[in-house]
Amino acid sequence: MAAPLTLLVILSVTIRAVLYRSSLAEVISERVEVVSPLTAWKRVVEGLALLDLGVSPYSGDVFHETPLIIYLFHFVVDYAEITFMLADVITAVALYMAVMDYNKQVFRKQKYALEADRYPLDCLELIRSPKEMYYIPLKVAMFYLLNPFTILSCVAKSTCGLNNAVIALFILTTIKGNVLLSAIFLSLATYQSIYPLTLCAPALLYLMQRQFIPVNFRRVSFWWFIAQYAFMYLGSLFVIVGLSFFLLGSWDYVPSVYGFILSVPDLTPNIGLFWYFFAEMFEHFRLFFLCVFQINVFFYTIPLSIKLKEHPVFLIFMQLAVISIFKSYPTVGDIALYMAFLPVWSHLHRFLRNIFLVSCVLLACSALFPVLWHLWIYAGSANSNFYYAITLLFNVAQILLVSDYFYAFLRREHHLSYGLYLKRKDGSEATLVLK
Amino acid sequence: MGLLSDPNRRRALISLLTRLNSPICVVCYMAGVAWFMGLAFEPFTLRTYMSENAMGSTMVEERFPAGERALTTGREFSAHKKKAGGMPVDWLVKTMQARGLEVFTQRFSRKLPFPDENKERYMVKGTNVYGILRAPRAPRTEALVLSAPCTPGDSNNQAVGLLLGLAQYFRNQIYWAKDIIFLVNEHDLIGMQACITFSPDSCRGGSIQAALSLELSSDVITSMDLVLEGLNGQLPNLDLANLFYAFCQKIGVLCTIQGKLQRNDWDSVSGYSHSVQTMMLMVMKQASGRPWGDHGLFLRYHIEAASIKGINSFRQYKTDVTTIGRLLEGMYRKLNNLLERLHQSYFFYLMPSLSHFVSIGYYMPAFGLLAVILLLRALDLWVQLATPPPRTEDGITDKEQVSSPGVLSVLTPLVISHLTGVALYTLPIQFQEMAVEQFPVSETEAVVLTAIGVYTAGLALPHNTHRLLSGEGTEQGWRVLKLVAVLYLAVLLGCTALINFSLGFILALTLVPVAAFVTPHVPKVLSAFILVILSPACTLLFSVFFFQELQELPVSFQEGWLLYLSVISQGILDHFLYGSLVYPLIALLVYPCWLLFWNILFWK
Repeated sequence: MAAPLTLLVILSVTIRAVLYRSSLAEVISERVEVVSPLTAWKRVVEGLALLDLGVSPYSGDVFHETPLIIYLFHFVVDYAEITFMLADVITAVALYMAVMDYNKQVFRKQKYALEADRYPLDCLELIRSPKEMYYIPLKVAMFYLLNPFTILSCVAKSTCGLNNAVIALFILTTIKGNVLLSAIFLSLATYQSIYPLTLCAPALLYLMQRQFIPVNFRRVSFWWFIAQYAFMYLGSLFVIVGLSFFLLGSWDYVPSVYGFILSVPDLTPNIGLFWYFFAEMFEHFRLFFLCVFQINVFFYTIPLSIKLKEHPVFLIFMQLAVISIFKSYPTVGDIALYMAFLPVWSHLHRFLRNIFLVSCVLLACSALFPVLWHLWIYAGSANSNFYYAITLLFNVAQILLVSDYFYAFLRREHHLSYGLYLKRKDGSEATLVLK
Repeated sequence: MGLLSDPNRRRALISLLTRLNSPICVVCYMAGVAWFMGLAFEPFTLRTYMSENAMGSTMVEERFPAGERALTTGREFSAHKKKAGGMPVDWLVKTMQARGLEVFTQRFSRKLPFPDENKERYMVKGTNVYGILRAPRAPRTEALVLSAPCTPGDSNNQAVGLLLGLAQYFRNQIYWAKDIIFLVNEHDLIGMQACITFSPDSCRGGSIQAALSLELSSDVITSMDLVLEGLNGQLPNLDLANLFYAFCQKIGVLCTIQGKLQRNDWDSVSGYSHSVQTMMLMVMKQASGRPWGDHGLFLRYHIEAASIKGINSFRQYKTDVTTIGRLLEGMYRKLNNLLERLHQSYFFYLMPSLSHFVSIGYYMPAFGLLAVILLLRALDLWVQLATPPPRTEDGITDKEQVSSPGVLSVLTPLVISHLTGVALYTLPIQFQEMAVEQFPVSETEAVVLTAIGVYTAGLALPHNTHRLLSGEGTEQGWRVLKLVAVLYLAVLLGCTALINFSLGFILALTLVPVAAFVTPHVPKVLSAFILVILSPACTLLFSVFFFQELQELPVSFQEGWLLYLSVISQGILDHFLYGSLVYPLIALLVYPCWLLFWNILFWK
């Protein structure tokens, strides 16, 4: 399996290197779909220039990345392209290894269940075979590395690629069961963009599952484990934040990074839902809706964790999708990360209902973004409503996609415990209806 | 959500759509065409009206008196032009300065990618002269442009004369709130482009709000023609057309669009066909993506612009230059009143006559009905691919059995056809020198013939693909390929129609039937013939004949063919000179997409 992965990495690095050399790179790095005010490379360069002049990079309200990123690029700015390609490769390889490990566990669990005769007899066609699972890790890496969204994001040198790498490493360490590293990478991801905080729920569930600690609020072992993880998480977060403080010598970055993410002052259009809404709103209601929108991102953690308690890896996928849809400055790079997980759930295809519709809409929207942008900004003949309509449609399609996978996942689990061919009480064939 | 989540209703809907797929497609196609033809019927269109408040309510009194003097200036200009053998720069500078303008000249030179045989130019060198009338009562932040081209030969002298006359008259008025730039440009659009893309500090005028380009070649005229179509089919705000129409009505000048007069007998057959003709002319011009007047490049920079052409035909009723001057004076005074850029009215419209228009909301359904066919076919293919349907499932299932041969058999034709597209885009310009050395042709012929050659060579694509693919194409394989191609075409046409409706619609008209009916099982020779007839190149050929027919200048096949060749060379030139998107769109996207269908036909 190493050989195809190597080939894939070489291919994807080649594509990126060619694009870096072409005139497209400049066009791509200006696209609002690809770079946000948080992740734009142009802003990082500005921050570096300020840093070199001995001024705080956060003065001037242009730069909004974290201090660690700017100090990273302080050293590797000449090798920025290589850094971004490396980040993509790290993400892909981490996801590859994580998914390989996860599949082994899934298969082991399935074997035990089969031996214990826990599945109904007519569910045999739902049982997953090693042959089908063999190529999934490779497909995951392929979905990440060859996804046009990732390629665009990498060519634009959007720092989103680095965030993705951190999150991918977090997923890898979690699935490998390394509690300390998992907490460290989670705190790094949180430090980068706050929202990955919600990933602590699946991480805890997974690690507890792995260590056979029951999720029971009355058990001491449960609380003890949470305390341990929280200690490691908060400790490393404290270290990172302190390190940033000592690097810069001021707390400038806190309002400039986290305040910027949470209070959404920059309403440059992007593929998210915030900009149009807050541009149109009366100032009076701003704070209220800001709270509503931000709580929205975090809120799904609770119901999803309760429902998917037994399936933390699927929960990670759901959380990543929710974050990338509802975060304040989303880019296509965020979408690419959760889309990389789609091959892992390829066994759900038979239960997906809207995949055709959703993929058509996603495809059409991706093509329409630049067209409507052109009509709005350059030709002046369309206006922001056109662009926002496409943004809205794009996000609706994403939500449909995610909820479709969610439904399919639950339905498969249902069938695995109640049999594939459900009968009504009168003996006729039953259908499941989502209401 | 009922439709999406209730499996029984979904199944019923999908089975209905797949069972009745072909009839629905035929009905949609006919409905789309009928809808489009209906757009020209007057009761279905809207009357134009002025949306911009600043230009609506204020009445303006026009007093321009000096038509005769303008004609004299024009004759003087003509004499100096002849003497200088081109643009009489010194004379123009002197004359403009004498009229109290701030005068600037701008030299430009441009090497065309290959010689332009229509206008006989290759290495272009020229000078633009422009004088700025400073607004006496405002900061220099906004400007209006009046331009007249300096063309070789005897044409357009009156336009320059009138421009200078207006400059002199405007200079003495005190009400100007915007700078007015009087521009005499050489080498039509090349000069215009040099002027617009000039670094802003040398232009020294404010941001340009609106621009008119004047073409006038006779002392008296019978009618004024308004030209709207700009680069890539972009149109100015409809209020500019409204303004022109309103003043023509007020002053009593006959006005036309596409050279067609307004008619009142919309309920008669001839009246309807007249407005269809007018609208079709606009559609053809817009679809070509060329700038149809010197104003065409302004639109790209957010500047509302139009060209006004004086036409002298055999009518009795003549209008003199003083009246045209008053018309322009009135228009500029109204534009002077603008508080912000023209934005109130429509940007997407078609005009079956100067007093009526069809807005985007009315014409898009015609395109939508055609595009829906593609989606229906895609749905049909998807359902076919999903068979045999699982016994319990309500929707759509995986296509695992085809995935491993499928990827390769889809990817290979996709890549090869796009490479052919890239060849079509790059080779004609790259190979012109070699072709000129090898064959007895001129550069322009070499470019056009190479393009046609590459295009035709692309038809051998299925054989190339099959050589790369081992074994026969499978049943599933072509379905997957067709699904990809149909969706690709739908997205492509949708985006095209948004930017340039006419181009999108004409392409949809020819490519949608191809996409709908092609399978490997239809009779080969006949289908191949139909496919070639409906390919983008043949569409262009028919369009050339149709356009001539619409203009009531029918041509023989020989002339038509020569015209076709020159249209191709002009299209390529437009792309390399002004950035017109039609040539790359056809070469890099539409043609490869058509090749995919060609490939499906020869799948076995």
